[in-house]
Amino acid sequence: MGLLSRKATCNTHGQDSSYFLGWQEYEKNPYNEVNNPNGIIQMGLAENQLCLDLLEPWLMKNPDALGLKRDGISIFKELALFQDYNGFPAFKRALADFMGEIRGNKVSFDPNHVVLTAGATSANETLMFCLADQGDAFLLPTPYYPGFDRDLRWRTGVEIVPIHCTSSNGFKVTLPAIEQAYRQAQKRKLRVKGVLITNPSNPLGTTMARDELDLLINFIEDRQIHLISDEIYSGTVFTSPSFVSVMEVLKDRNLDQTQVWERVHIVYSLSKDLGLPGFRVGAIYSNDPVVVSAATKMSSFGLVSSQTQYLLSAMLLDKKFTKEYMSENHKRLQKQQKDLVSGLEKAGIRCLDSNAGLFCWVDMRHLLKSNTFEAEMELWQKIIYHVKINISPGSSCHCIEPGWFRVCFANMSESTLKLAIQRLKSFVSSIGMKSQSHQELKSLRRKARNNWVFRLSLQSFYDREQDTTTKVSFSYRPHFMSLSNIAATLDAAA
Amino acid sequence: MVIEIEKPSSVRLSKVAISKTHGEDSPYFAGWKAYDENPYDEVHNQSGVIQMGLAENQVSFDLLEKYLEEHHEASSWGKGAPGFRENALFQDYHGLKSFRQAMANFMEQIRGGKVKFDPDRIVLTAGATAANELLTFILADPGDALLVPTPYYPGFDRDLRWRTGVKIVPIHCNSSNNFQITPQALEAAYQSAESMDLKVRGILITNPSNPLGSAIQSSILNDILDFAVHKNIHLVSDEIYSGSTFSPSEFVSIAEILRNRNYKDAERVHIVYSLSKDLGLPGFRVGTIYSYNDDVVTTARRMSSFTLISSQTQHLLACMLSNHEFTQNYIKTNRERLNKRYDMIIQGLKKAGIECLKGNAGLFCWMNLSPLLNEPTRQGELELWNIILNQVKLNISPGSSCHCSEPGWFRVCFANMSEQTLRVALQRIHKFMEQRKVCSVNR
Repeated sequence: MGLLSRKATCNTHGQDSSYFLGWQEYEKNPYNEVNNPNGIIQMGLAENQLCLDLLEPWLMKNPDALGLKRDGISIFKELALFQDYNGFPAFKRALADFMGEIRGNKVSFDPNHVVLTAGATSANETLMFCLADQGDAFLLPTPYYPGFDRDLRWRTGVEIVPIHCTSSNGFKVTLPAIEQAYRQAQKRKLRVKGVLITNPSNPLGTTMARDELDLLINFIEDRQIHLISDEIYSGTVFTSPSFVSVMEVLKDRNLDQTQVWERVHIVYSLSKDLGLPGFRVGAIYSNDPVVVSAATKMSSFGLVSSQTQYLLSAMLLDKKFTKEYMSENHKRLQKQQKDLVSGLEKAGIRCLDSNAGLFCWVDMRHLLKSNTFEAEMELWQKIIYHVKINISPGSSCHCIEPGWFRVCFANMSESTLKLAIQRLKSFVSSIGMKSQSHQELKSLRRKARNNWVFRLSLQSFYDREQDTTTKVSFSYRPHFMSLSNIAATLDAAA
Repeated sequence: MVIEIEKPSSVRLSKVAISKTHGEDSPYFAGWKAYDENPYDEVHNQSGVIQMGLAENQVSFDLLEKYLEEHHEASSWGKGAPGFRENALFQDYHGLKSFRQAMANFMEQIRGGKVKFDPDRIVLTAGATAANELLTFILADPGDALLVPTPYYPGFDRDLRWRTGVKIVPIHCNSSNNFQITPQALEAAYQSAESMDLKVRGILITNPSNPLGSAIQSSILNDILDFAVHKNIHLVSDEIYSGSTFSPSEFVSIAEILRNRNYKDAERVHIVYSLSKDLGLPGFRVGTIYSYNDDVVTTARRMSSFTLISSQTQHLLACMLSNHEFTQNYIKTNRERLNKRYDMIIQGLKKAGIECLKGNAGLFCWMNLSPLLNEPTRQGELELWNIILNQVKLNISPGSSCHCSEPGWFRVCFANMSEQTLRVALQRIHKFMEQRKVCSVNR
């Protein structure tokens, strides 16, 4: 039999990672309030299910949008035939306006610079194909969304080199960290084509500060490389500080219409803000006409269904509705996040202070048997199989500090969230760490306040960095090997 | 001394981004441009360019519209939108089970129930464009080759090669035997690849053929499969036009060939399908890969993350294609109407003194204008094409854009317009041919 390609037989699709294995366990025994109250609660899925009840009445009130009609007259034929990769003009206009609204109209987006793709997954991959050759590299701050390993690398052959961030400063990006990553890439003989950030961050749930964005802009300007800002969570910023897009910073610094302006590209999607991941609506926004042109042609491989473009153009053009929706969306996200954070606190578990996203970055370092990723995996397995909650271990997000977990809160009801917190509370007390963690919590809080305020000096950072690299010098494969037995059993069962 | 300043951004983009492999500079697309600038309209622009270069099926929309009018639940998830939530959240790359089931049934019906399709072997992609590229990523490495019979759909140059880095080596076919694929041509293509140091990973056929408008005979399908087995390579059968055969008995799918062999050697065979041509829904982006190879199915499914079908659209089509009464009637009526159009254009061209390849499927006919060429070369063909585009005001596709090795053949689409417009087009051709006769008599 003819062999398959190297791409087909390699592991870069990343589906052997713990991120996906946890999902598989959940699929086998999913929690259901009525039918399976002892099942696994899914807290590893960054979905926004809190506001779908607001979309339903809108659909009822706008039957033309669903029925493929305009002013009562069928435009079915027009839509059925519409496969123009330039996209439905009304939809691009509506999307560009919506993106502007999310940023408080401090920046405006030109519909002609928007390229529609089947989801942000497709947008990110397409940008890689446009900006980098096989064997080139992009720098990504850690921790990052596990899907990037597949989306940015699999079919493109592009490498990811991590910019390591740590809890010492709230996981913010620093200049030494970026420079260290750049040097690493050079050591590996990789040509760095750019930096990719997710802002607001997945998995941290925080928005980037202006000084971080300034840092990044200065760096890419200096090295003449690209910056991709995946702003898929921009509409989920539920409390201060408010969202500052890299586009806003460029504008404020009068860098629009300069060379660096053309090297900054944004990725967006309606999967998180509107909670519509099934509809596959993503977008690339670029100020470089060559990128827009190439990406547009490439979008042929992943166009958005015209049926869906029509529905959503009607919805986004209803500005009164979107304004109300976003406001309510923020309220509900904030409440749910508060419930999770306070619930975890009562269990002696602390979260990174966050203001956005559909998840919290949870600190369970004090629950580890040892400061190792093996211990993190052990804890994670306990949480899946005994506590019956699926959460994402930090190692799957390439975090260099063991013990952090991403816990999603927006894909469940209030009562399910309460139950999850209760289970965790019982778990924590059962391993008798409660009193110890309260002490730790107090001292950590003190440290945290100081850390997040001061700017690290270069020297102290290097010292800290030495520590982390000696303790944690490894590639991401070894600890996955300890999972290989699980993977084999799960694969067999699938 | 002038110092040239290069536009910085193009230096920093990938080789793929700045290459011309997307193919949009070919004459194939220049014709579209001429049409876009001066499109024919029955009422408002009767002297405009008639678009005959677009393989769209517009003859059966009324059937689809009627279905949607009578079945609101397909487009609106029913009263109070109870299914909306689940549907909006559904991004599982396995695809909606009900939709895969409906697709499998539809594909079986098109093949007259002669073969069965397992819904779990169906991988969904946003169009056949994505399906073909995806399969190429899976079956071949950059620098490898796929063998493709000429003439072929111009879009393959982009779909199979652009981002994959895979090469196409043509299997040359010619009019001496109605452009059928022969074992000699297959072997010649293979040798040609070898001489260029290219590793051949598979053959990709389109059946029924675009641009020929004819189904491949079962004896030839057997030859092709034997060849693939002998060389230990893959066989991809793009059956996007399978529902557009004028009579059900004319089309033999590679699936039937496999069934006749008890599915021996099936693991190297993969079928591509789409609803863009048979149902006339290119805007909805519905493509599929059907593979008999488990590894290919698993990998294709994972890769389909980059090109999933909107769950809203999956829902609509699951409803529509599960309705057996609807699909039976649609398939039958669509065939009849396409057949009628085909007869109309063939008769019209014959009256004008133009011969076409005998066709039995598709949305186009393969027209022979070689007697009209000033010189039997690609240049001669392009000159004639320019005349037809700018004087006769018809956008048709020159054979060279389909990599045909014989100059003078053109693909002419007939299903993307009303009967009235087709009549106008035929009148213009008739007039053009009359004028040429007059000219040659007067010389």
